[in-house]
Amino acid sequence: MTKLPRWADLVLVPAISLLLAGIISALVILAIGQSPSEALRTMVQGAVGSAYGWGYTLYYATSFIFTGLAVTVAFHASLFNIGGEGQAQLGGLGVALACLALPWPHWTLALPAAMAGGALFGAAWAAVPAYLQAKRGSHIVITTIMFNYIAAALLIYFLVEVLRPPTSMDPASARFPEGTRLPTLHEIPGLNLVFSKQVPANVTLFVALLACWLVWVLLWRTRLGYEIRAFGKSEPAARYAGINPFRVTMIAMLISGALAGLMSINNVMGEAGRLLQNSAEGAGFIGIAVALMGRNHPVGVFLAAILFGFLYQGGAELGLWTAIPIELRTVVQGLVILFTGALDYMVRMFLGLFFRPRPLGGAA
Amino acid sequence: MDYATLLQILDSTLRLATPLLLACLAGLYSERSGVFDIGLEGKMLAAAMCTGAVAALTGNVWLGLLAGIAGSLVFAAIHGLASITFRGNQLISGVALNFVASGITVLAAQSLFRQGGRTPPLTGNGRFNPIELPFADAIGQVPLVGPFYREVLSGHGALVYVALLAVPVTWWALYRTRFGLRLRAVGENPASVDTAGISVVRLRYTAVMITGVLCGIAGAYMAAGLQAGFGKEMTAGRGYIALAALIFAKWRPWYALMATLLFGFFQALALRPDVIKKTVGFDVPVPMLDALPYILTVIVLAGFVGRAIPPRAGGEAYVKER
Repeated sequence: MTKLPRWADLVLVPAISLLLAGIISALVILAIGQSPSEALRTMVQGAVGSAYGWGYTLYYATSFIFTGLAVTVAFHASLFNIGGEGQAQLGGLGVALACLALPWPHWTLALPAAMAGGALFGAAWAAVPAYLQAKRGSHIVITTIMFNYIAAALLIYFLVEVLRPPTSMDPASARFPEGTRLPTLHEIPGLNLVFSKQVPANVTLFVALLACWLVWVLLWRTRLGYEIRAFGKSEPAARYAGINPFRVTMIAMLISGALAGLMSINNVMGEAGRLLQNSAEGAGFIGIAVALMGRNHPVGVFLAAILFGFLYQGGAELGLWTAIPIELRTVVQGLVILFTGALDYMVRMFLGLFFRPRPLGGAA
Repeated sequence: MDYATLLQILDSTLRLATPLLLACLAGLYSERSGVFDIGLEGKMLAAAMCTGAVAALTGNVWLGLLAGIAGSLVFAAIHGLASITFRGNQLISGVALNFVASGITVLAAQSLFRQGGRTPPLTGNGRFNPIELPFADAIGQVPLVGPFYREVLSGHGALVYVALLAVPVTWWALYRTRFGLRLRAVGENPASVDTAGISVVRLRYTAVMITGVLCGIAGAYMAAGLQAGFGKEMTAGRGYIALAALIFAKWRPWYALMATLLFGFFQALALRPDVIKKTVGFDVPVPMLDALPYILTVIVLAGFVGRAIPPRAGGEAYVKER
């Protein structure tokens, strides 16, 4: 197969995959008797047509940045972490325990504690599959899937039996103290000129951006990052270079789990203000699509997270204003994963036809 | 627990184990051929929707079954295309197809029936009606064994018996036929199969299609046997439990039967918390029972109960040497 130039690899391949996913989604919309152009207009208007829409798009994007980075870090060690969903749910538990532990006076004090709680619980949930992969060779894809289900069951148990206030019937924790409420973009001086209405996007967005930069530094500017990438490219070569496979597997997965767990400061602490059942709402899985679409680079992850934030908010608007069910976004998400992750070779093969090296002039 | 209650629980064990067993055997064919399939869930869901829709429209469950198999086959074909022809990542393809199935089934059901993404409730010939096994009443009089035959084995829909029959058939196909020998070989060492002049691609497509058919039957049973119609996400992770059972069974048919019966038993117990309390004397949290199949699978994967070694060539596309 023809090797593609770098720009084609970075820009054209994801763009074409996205286009294919878009075309098929449009066909699906046509098949259920609706208008794709109308759908697109509703989505654009609802998600990016106003500051209010952006407030939601950015809120979703914040969560997806964390889970996308989580998948990215593991991917670089050639570990496919499908457990982001479970790790994010456990992270939510950690955030909730931290928020409920003290009557926090101010969010600046509560946020670091909640971040520590979320990261710690997320990492702990990734630790067992990581250990089993590194020491016993149990396939991490399968174990992390199993851990997603175990996490869901564990969360139900905690919410029903432990965290539920005695007077309440819903499987949810008590409300967090007022001092843990994170300022939304509407409440930040300066930004409130743009976001004139209350929106769910909150300061976590800036934590997410910081996380993007830190992941970039980690992967491309530190020795550990080099070890992770070397291990991911070739395990025997890394082993030969004196890199300890057990250590790299553990560390990569712990960071991955911590990032997934950190997502919960956005939805649990920033938005809901209490721990609800199924708090992650599938964001852990969207992380897979975001990482694949973003070519496993923090900048790409950021852009892909915004795209999926748009898709999520736009999909919700479709469910509200048109006859197209909200589940359309699950279809699009699946198609994006399919084209960017599994049918990658097909797209490349097709593009390769256009980038075939020209025969040198004169040589016969 | 008295004998009558035990029989009730075993009866629902068999019903709940059936979709797991069918999906587990489905995964067995694909994975034995070297194609990992975590898309069992999505194929079952697609089949359940097709069956629910066609059975509701025609009132004929057998047409529903055919539609279910067809729906599942479409997803199997895409998985085959992505993982065999285009040598894509088989795990990612499976994950992607699960999402597509989860969304598109609701979209289709909603646009067909406008009932909030469900299909209308099935009645009469739209469902798999119970079959009385011969002499159920006569044998039922025999003490101990009789009631077991009458209450547990007899009186299920046809697909329960199809699933049970699929176990020996799979065993025979796998270990006693030329196709089975080649299937097992292609999952372990595709190069040797290729050298013998047998097409790796064709064998793998065949296996993936068998997976599609069995998942289709599993989904049809979900929509028209276990329940009466399709509902959003109605498979509820059964595809993953089947995958867990497959690992638990170490990719062998008879063990698959035992594993799925065990997991079906857990599901049946989770429906009867009162019985558990009476038997063990304290409350076992229901989430604990729900999580048990997954926990057991992790323990098996960790190699504490003998190692579970997957087919050697699983997950890798075969590239012919040039």
